[in-house]
Amino acid sequence: MDTTELRAQIEDLIDAYVDCLDSDRLEEWPDFFTERCIYKVIPYENATLGMPIPLMYGDSRGMLRDRIVAHRNANFFAPHLYRHLVSHIRIVGRENGAISTRANYAVFRTMLDPSDYGRSELFSVGVYQDVIVFEDGKPRFKEKIVVVDTSQVPTLLVTPL
Amino acid sequence: MGKLPREGNAMSGLTQSQSAQSNGHPTVDPTRVPYRVFTDPELYAREQEVLFRGPTWNYLCLEAELRNPGDFRANFVGETPVFITRDAKGELHALVNRCAHRGAMVCREVRGNRKTMVCPYHQWSYDLNGALRGVPFRRGINGRGGYAADFKLSEHSLTPLKVATYRGLVFGTFSDSVAPLPEYLGPGMCEHLDTIFNRPVTVLGFSRQLIKGNWKVYAENTKDPYHGSLLHMFHATFGSYRSSQDGGMVVEGFNSKMIALRAEEAQEVSVYTKESVQSFSKTLKLADPSLLASRPEFDRFTTTIQFIFPTLVIQQISNTLATRQIVPRGVDRFELLVTYFGYEDDDPELRNMRIKQSNLIGPAGLIALEDGYAVELVQRAVSYDSHATSYIELGGRGIENQDSLVTETAIRGFWKGYGELMGLRWGASADGHNGTARAN
Repeated sequence: MDTTELRAQIEDLIDAYVDCLDSDRLEEWPDFFTERCIYKVIPYENATLGMPIPLMYGDSRGMLRDRIVAHRNANFFAPHLYRHLVSHIRIVGRENGAISTRANYAVFRTMLDPSDYGRSELFSVGVYQDVIVFEDGKPRFKEKIVVVDTSQVPTLLVTPL
Repeated sequence: MGKLPREGNAMSGLTQSQSAQSNGHPTVDPTRVPYRVFTDPELYAREQEVLFRGPTWNYLCLEAELRNPGDFRANFVGETPVFITRDAKGELHALVNRCAHRGAMVCREVRGNRKTMVCPYHQWSYDLNGALRGVPFRRGINGRGGYAADFKLSEHSLTPLKVATYRGLVFGTFSDSVAPLPEYLGPGMCEHLDTIFNRPVTVLGFSRQLIKGNWKVYAENTKDPYHGSLLHMFHATFGSYRSSQDGGMVVEGFNSKMIALRAEEAQEVSVYTKESVQSFSKTLKLADPSLLASRPEFDRFTTTIQFIFPTLVIQQISNTLATRQIVPRGVDRFELLVTYFGYEDDDPELRNMRIKQSNLIGPAGLIALEDGYAVELVQRAVSYDSHATSYIELGGRGIENQDSLVTETAIRGFWKGYGELMGLRWGASADGHNGTARAN
């Protein structure tokens, strides 16, 4: 695959990923990952200190599904919408069919609860550090490390970034 | 918001008093707390003086964060910025983070290692014990300007706090009269710290949350075992609940600890089914139960939550270990700063369990994220009716140890201690009349 084609595929993957989260189709979210995978949301503070504690962590598609099942059935939180802006997508490495990429993201959160209905704020900003592989011609995240510059989480984080 | 009522003024809900007792009645009714304690900016300002600068020991950091000479860490006591250092001799110091010259913040990084602290404004330079080392142009230039001949460096040190440690936890106080740290903590609290901090720890990371509520709404939350399995429905939803209603509360004044014991799954299921707790499900199962893989470390304890007044929580939930510091940021918001740790001698499997289980706790914790939401629900609902009161009679009206988790005994202990320390009176029992409180 030439670089132009590869770039197009990666951008399509990220667009679809973001669209899934922003349109609340969370049940589809685990399918963007390989069966064995790493999804990790880690504060900038820990990442720069070389400390391992994440905010969210999953190392299988099943664990990501569990998080969504909990989101829908167990967790209590103020209803909200996400709107992702992703930019500056770049390929930083290619090895044995695995493509390492970086992209900047910003997520605006709009509240849907009675107290703050319709109020938007910048909720989280940071970097996606992804490893993408192709399975049956379809790109998936083998690794998605979300390094969150916004180490100070506003209230809580329940919907994946 | 009106002025804080003076002693002797008739008022509703809350009164300031000088004496701890009045007419033989308790000054504070810990079963009825006026919501004004969560909303009054003048009360909040008084807390900064009376409470955070008063006879309390305030958690500053873990010694494990300051291993080497020169290590420092910035933090807050109430809203007062401070920093903690380990000097060249290995001694710990806590200092108000404000230059003795014109008030600029001297320590400008969250953590690091330095030989001296230099205020950037005019380059006044301090030793790590807070002593002023030097000031530029002390004698002026060419005999003009500068300080007078009687200027003494020793009279312009940074303001120190008294520092004490217990089992690797570093505390500071502004008070000369506060009890020594072990006495302040209490024997039951020390015993628990001896258990959790039984060997050297290592820091595994931090999390921060900004929650739009008064800091004491969260303090109540951490002393409230009632909500544990009702607000946090993760375990019930997946039928994975292992921490039973079996357990108890140890209350020592305004400090406390909650202990939940391991139970049989069958027993738990029956409790949930019988009580028809909302959303209990037998059908949902975890697709990947490795999330909950754990190793018993503390006898039959599955969860212990210890609260040290005013702002420290020590949590042990399964294999996750952490200190939580409540940092007030104004009357209606606070930051929750969590420091996660393990033991230096953790084997890789146990270390990985701690990391994986951190999914359960913290700002995105599957069994914890609701706490921030609950605090904000309270804060929003009490903002415009601050004379109304809460109802805190679960497990009776007393403040004592209880062999039950269906109790609010520790919350009552908090309010009694808080009210007395702040010199406040409220509730029916303060003057024998229902509804209002008066000082005599």
